[in-house]
Amino acid sequence: MPEIKLILKTPSGAQGSAGGAGGAACCCAPAQAEWITGTVPTPAGPVCRVSTTLTRSDLWGNFKCRVSSFRDSYSVPPGLYAVGEPAESSDIFVSANYKFSFDTLRSRLSGLDAWILVLDTKGINVWCAAGKGTFGTAELIERIRATGLAGVAGRGRLILPQLGAPGVNAGEVRKKTGLRVCYGPVRAADIPAYIKAGCKATRQMREVRFGLVDRLVLSPMEVLPAMKRYPLFALVVLGVFGLGPKGIIFRDAVSGGLPFLLLGLLSVFAGAFLVPVLLPFIPFKSFALKGWITGAVVVLFGIKAGLLGRMGSAPVWAACIFFPMASSYIALQFTGSTTFTCISGVKKELKVALPFYIASAAVSAALLLVYKLFEWRVI
Amino acid sequence: MKYITGGVTLKLEAGKCTGCGMCMEVCPHNVFSLESGVSGLEGRRAVIAARDRCMECGACEKNCASGALSVNKGVGCASALINSMITGGEPTCGCGGNSGCC
Repeated sequence: MPEIKLILKTPSGAQGSAGGAGGAACCCAPAQAEWITGTVPTPAGPVCRVSTTLTRSDLWGNFKCRVSSFRDSYSVPPGLYAVGEPAESSDIFVSANYKFSFDTLRSRLSGLDAWILVLDTKGINVWCAAGKGTFGTAELIERIRATGLAGVAGRGRLILPQLGAPGVNAGEVRKKTGLRVCYGPVRAADIPAYIKAGCKATRQMREVRFGLVDRLVLSPMEVLPAMKRYPLFALVVLGVFGLGPKGIIFRDAVSGGLPFLLLGLLSVFAGAFLVPVLLPFIPFKSFALKGWITGAVVVLFGIKAGLLGRMGSAPVWAACIFFPMASSYIALQFTGSTTFTCISGVKKELKVALPFYIASAAVSAALLLVYKLFEWRVI
Repeated sequence: MKYITGGVTLKLEAGKCTGCGMCMEVCPHNVFSLESGVSGLEGRRAVIAARDRCMECGACEKNCASGALSVNKGVGCASALINSMITGGEPTCGCGGNSGCC
C-alpha cells in the first residue's frame, strides 16, 4: 500500500537540504516509493527523479481521497524532484505536498525535462493552501533557498500553478530569488499546450470550471461528514419516539422512529448529493435556499409515498419543518467545496439562515413535545 | 455559475493601475479585462468587466504590483465561518488542519 511506503526514512542526500527548511523538518520521505525512478545528480546533491505515469496504487490512493478522510494524511515530502533529464535551464513547476496535487502535476509532465518544487502545505491542495497562506510567498522563497534551486536550475522559468496566486506574490518572488516567475494554467492537463505556446495561457486555461463531473466527484465527501452526525440524530429520534411514562419502549421507538430515520437519510441525500450534482438547475443563488427547496421536494415525495403512515399531524408538521431545514444546512456546507462562492456571500447567507435553522429546530422540537404529551395523555 | 453578493468588496483604483495585466493572469474567473481610454488615462488599463463572477479569493490583490486592487479576501466556506463563530477565531476551514506531515 502506498501510504506505508510514504513513512519510510529519507534516502541520504536526496531531499536532505529541504528537510530542515523553515523549521518544519519532515520526518518522512519515500525511500522506496514506486513513483521514484532514480536520482539526478545536481550541484546541490542528488535529486529524486519521479515517474510521470500513475500506478494502480497511486490511482487507488487518489480515489480514497475522494471518498474518505484518507485525504487528511496523504502527503509527499516537500523539496525538489526531477522529471526526465532536467538541466540548469529547465522549467520548474511548483506544487503542494498533497500527494493528489503532486500526482496530478507529474502525470501531465510526460516527455518533458523539468523540475518539480514541492512546498510544505501540510498536505493540503494548492488552492486551499494558497487561501490559508501555506502555499505562500514566504514558504516558496524559503523552499527555493533550502533546496539550492538557484544553483540547480537558475536559468529555468519558475512556473506557479495559477490557483496558488491567492497566496503568492509573484513579483516579490522574482525580486528575492532572481528567477523568472510565471503563472501556469489552472489545470495541469493544459500544461503541455501552455509550454508549447511559450508559457502563454488562453482565457480558457485561466478559468476555473465547475462541471457535472467536478461536482459529482465531490459529493461523497459531502455525504460522509453529514452521515457522521447521523448516529446521534438516530439516537435522539429513537429516544423521543420510544420514551413512555414507564421508560423507553423498544417497539414504539422503532415503529415511530423509523419514518423519521428514513426522512433523515432523505435529507442527507438531498443536501449532500442532489444539491451538489444539480447545483445549476436548482433555482436561486443561495445555497441555503437551494438546499431547503431540494429537501422540501424530497421530503414531500417521501411523505406522499406514505413514509409517515398514520402518524398524527404534530409529528408530520415537525417532519415538514425539520427535514428541509436539515437539507438546507447540509447544502450550505457545500459552499466550501465550490469554485465560485465568496466569503461575503456566505456571511450574508449565514446571517439569515442560522436564526431560521434555530427557529425551525425549536418549532419541530416543540411539536414533537406536544405529540408526546398527547400520547402520554398529559394534555 | 454565479453567487450572491458577487464581488461586492472588490475595488480597483484606475489611477494606480499600470496596465500590466497581471490581474488577468491570476483571476480564476476572468473578472478583468484591459481597455484603453479608461478615466481619460493613456494606454490600456485593467477594468472590472464581470464583477459578479468575483469569488474574493484575493489573487489579484496579492499580485497587483501597483496596489491598485483590493478585496476582502476569504474562503466562501460556511463551516469555516460557523467554526469561527463558535471558537471566536479567524475563519479557517477544518480541512486537514493537522500540522506537519505524517
